[in-house]
Amino acid sequence: MATYIPHTDDEIATMLASLGLTSLDELFSSIPEAIRVHGALELAAGVGEPDALAHLESLADRNGRQGHGLVCFAGGGAYDHEIPSVTRALAGRSEFVTSYTPYQAEVAQGVLQALFEYQTMVARLFGLPLANASLYDGASATVEAVNLGVAASGRPLVWLSEGIHPHWRQVVVTCATGTGHEITTVPLSGGTTRWPAPGPGGPPGVIVVGQPNYLGYLEDLTAARAVCDATGAVLVVAADPVAAGVLCSPGAQGADVVVGEGQAFGSPLGFGGPYLGLFACREEHVRRLPGRLVGETVDTAGRRAYVTTLRTREQDIRREKATSNVCTNQTLMAITAAIQLAWLGTAGLAEMARRCARATHFLFDALMAIDGVVPYADAPFLRECAVRLPVPAATVVDRMADAGFLAGVDLAGTYDGGDHALLVTATERRTRQEIDAYVAAFTKAVA
Amino acid sequence: MSRPTVDDGTVPPGGGQAGSAPLLGGAPEPTIFELSHPGRSAWSFRTTGIPETPLADLIPADQLRPEPPALAEVSERDLVAHVTRLTHRQFSVDLGAYPLGSCTMKYNPKVCDTVASLPGLTAVHPSAPASLTQGWLALLVELEEALCAVTGMAAATLQPAAGAAGELTGLLLMRAWHRSRGEDRHKVIIPDSAHGTNPASVTLGGYEVVTVPSDPRGCVDMRALRTVLDGDVAGIMLTNPNTLGLFEEDIAEIASAVHEVGGLLYYDGANLNAILGIVRPGDMGFDVVHLNLHKTFATPHGGGGPGAGPVAVSERLAPFLPGPRPVRLDGDGLEPSYGWAVPDQSIGRMHSWHGNALVLARALAYILLHGRDGLRQVAEVAVLNANWIRHRLSGTYDVPFDRPCMHEVVLSVRDLRREHGVRAMDVAKAMLDTGFHAPTVSFPLIVEEALMIEPTETESPQTLASLATALEAIAAQARRDPDALHAAPRTTPVGRVDEARAARRLIATFDAR
Repeated sequence: MATYIPHTDDEIATMLASLGLTSLDELFSSIPEAIRVHGALELAAGVGEPDALAHLESLADRNGRQGHGLVCFAGGGAYDHEIPSVTRALAGRSEFVTSYTPYQAEVAQGVLQALFEYQTMVARLFGLPLANASLYDGASATVEAVNLGVAASGRPLVWLSEGIHPHWRQVVVTCATGTGHEITTVPLSGGTTRWPAPGPGGPPGVIVVGQPNYLGYLEDLTAARAVCDATGAVLVVAADPVAAGVLCSPGAQGADVVVGEGQAFGSPLGFGGPYLGLFACREEHVRRLPGRLVGETVDTAGRRAYVTTLRTREQDIRREKATSNVCTNQTLMAITAAIQLAWLGTAGLAEMARRCARATHFLFDALMAIDGVVPYADAPFLRECAVRLPVPAATVVDRMADAGFLAGVDLAGTYDGGDHALLVTATERRTRQEIDAYVAAFTKAVA
Repeated sequence: MSRPTVDDGTVPPGGGQAGSAPLLGGAPEPTIFELSHPGRSAWSFRTTGIPETPLADLIPADQLRPEPPALAEVSERDLVAHVTRLTHRQFSVDLGAYPLGSCTMKYNPKVCDTVASLPGLTAVHPSAPASLTQGWLALLVELEEALCAVTGMAAATLQPAAGAAGELTGLLLMRAWHRSRGEDRHKVIIPDSAHGTNPASVTLGGYEVVTVPSDPRGCVDMRALRTVLDGDVAGIMLTNPNTLGLFEEDIAEIASAVHEVGGLLYYDGANLNAILGIVRPGDMGFDVVHLNLHKTFATPHGGGGPGAGPVAVSERLAPFLPGPRPVRLDGDGLEPSYGWAVPDQSIGRMHSWHGNALVLARALAYILLHGRDGLRQVAEVAVLNANWIRHRLSGTYDVPFDRPCMHEVVLSVRDLRREHGVRAMDVAKAMLDTGFHAPTVSFPLIVEEALMIEPTETESPQTLASLATALEAIAAQARRDPDALHAAPRTTPVGRVDEARAARRLIATFDAR
């Protein structure tokens, strides 16, 4: 058994004696005998590091097909992007990994400044003046944006575009059972959101739209802004942060709040987590901002310093009146994202977005040459595309795995006609050779 | 203040001590934006052989932004130097003891870092079908079963990304359960010693908070509890041991009183470290339990996340768990196979995917390493360490609830405040000069000028003695020269920061400067 407890038996005996005790059991005398664990927990005995590692490795080896990893053409909110050695090395520094929320700013300037740089980058990326220090993931950022929007507009009716990630919509709906917000899904038409006129429920307090949307199509944010101007609703845009490297910034197009999934910036696919929720907004919403916020200030000697600020929004002070119950954020992922964005830099992020777009369009054109494969909808897309298939998507994913590919995201159960549709992306990591091999395998898989 | 040494004879000398001061990063560090130099870069991508079509040929030109967002323009060398200097301005568990009460800042085994970077785990896309993710599903099922064994519950969801997300999940489960019985209840009871996330989560769960006071012994006041219990109470949220580090001895009585009015008991797992293998929330009568894997199972804290806050429930609440859940399938194969299942009356979904999966993998590794005996030892030594600190410091600081504690002890600085104008925050800041992190300050709210100390099991007797000596020296200085404490810390990368100014003149980005 591995142990991380330094005490020797003699030291334990000495410490017990100083407390007037003779056994460790006596420390728990305040716990009624009747409810105690008698015997041992139903767990195996502890093992040493090599055995534990071997077990986890054996589990890891059972992923993929016959233990082989798959070349990834799936996206849908989780992307196979480059993670350079420098990001891994710096984000793995134990000063970041083994510290906690920077309650004592004087010994936490490292984390605080990294978060300040992160907030600046997210704000610039989305074209808004303010960003928080991150939330759990894209879904939780969307929930918090909805809560902010309802509080700001005073109206609990939320129009949620069907083009928002299906899982995020589920989370929004689940959380609405507690808040009582009324969620109406606005369907896609021809791949993009067609906003209706307000119905009997009255005008919405919040509208939420993707850019690009989950199926990869570019939405008309100007139209969404016009709905908000007409109804007084708060505009929440769920933006792909990679696409934001080349697309008009959602802030410039009138978004009040921009949320997103930040996994693309240095976090591995990792079966879905930990990722990070990006959250930026206009200044007028600062008092309703959820989660941690780092601000610049000075120390007693007038030196520049950073500290978590506007904490009166938060639950440790505000309790039941807090803007959110979020206490921790995803600091390590946010720091990772800041490092990755600095590594990419101004030119590199745009280049990465261009490479993703070119690879995906190159792939799309090749798929369109296959009999029976057609676009899901006829709308412009940037770096992800949905295609309809002559056979079930599940069959294609299964056959493509034999050829060494994760073919895409099966749209069964999430969109109209989805059981014969696949969401596909090629990131900057996909080579022409891989795409050619993918298309050859795809041709056989749909035959 | 110089670094204290073990000199009181109560522990054998020698042995390592976890503490370090001052931090290296004394010089101010410019932001990455100030280090930028136009044209400098660090990025490189794969050679792909894909034609370089202009973007305007692929999508409508009016959707393109005229200029890319300004990020930073730095070389890889500059970036590494910058971030490394930042790390020198950051305290961490690896550097020294971090006795932050209620946060369980224990040592994080390095093998868990290795686990979280296994390519067979990191390279798996979360949408891949079950047939391609058997290893991950097996891992999640194994962890769920272990967490149920530790807590004495029937089933669990691994989706919640943090403790607070677990709280909200638990409250929505309670709501769904009451609704399924045709009941619409409105109130949730919380003791006045509770963590602030509890009341905030209750509000988001659509309930009204009813606060019950603590009795003079620091536990839930049974009489006050009985006066607020009625058919409109959906449940009660308790932390046990509570935030005073005391075990709620009347827990069985509380459980039956709440259950009698049809309410449910929610266990906030923030302090689970104290009772691993000793007593289980399920056996205390709890219906819903959240765990903080970053605390109890050391996954670690990451500067304030990622955490993981799985929620375990009793049999009757299992049909309401978020889905899809990883499940072991009945099969006749030699190796079991795994799949996904959505519970009958599921409340829905609480995470974009399956929870903070790589954090969950770390927790499973931690549990395998410790096993049934190791986990019990964790609790035993965590409680021993806290009581040793309590005993040692009870002559120096006021101990408002002076009886044996569990994994943490709450001291009060109220006498020093009254007599010398020294506050808990001053003591905390002075601690930063001694090579240790400060305890939790001003919490729980029911103790005036509170210092909450949780040493954890991984700090050695030598470290504890050194920590105690440091706190004694600070108390002595408070009596001798209180102004010196108002001026602390002195040896940290920055002196005391102006929090009021940060809030008054908000500068949350470099562009707001």
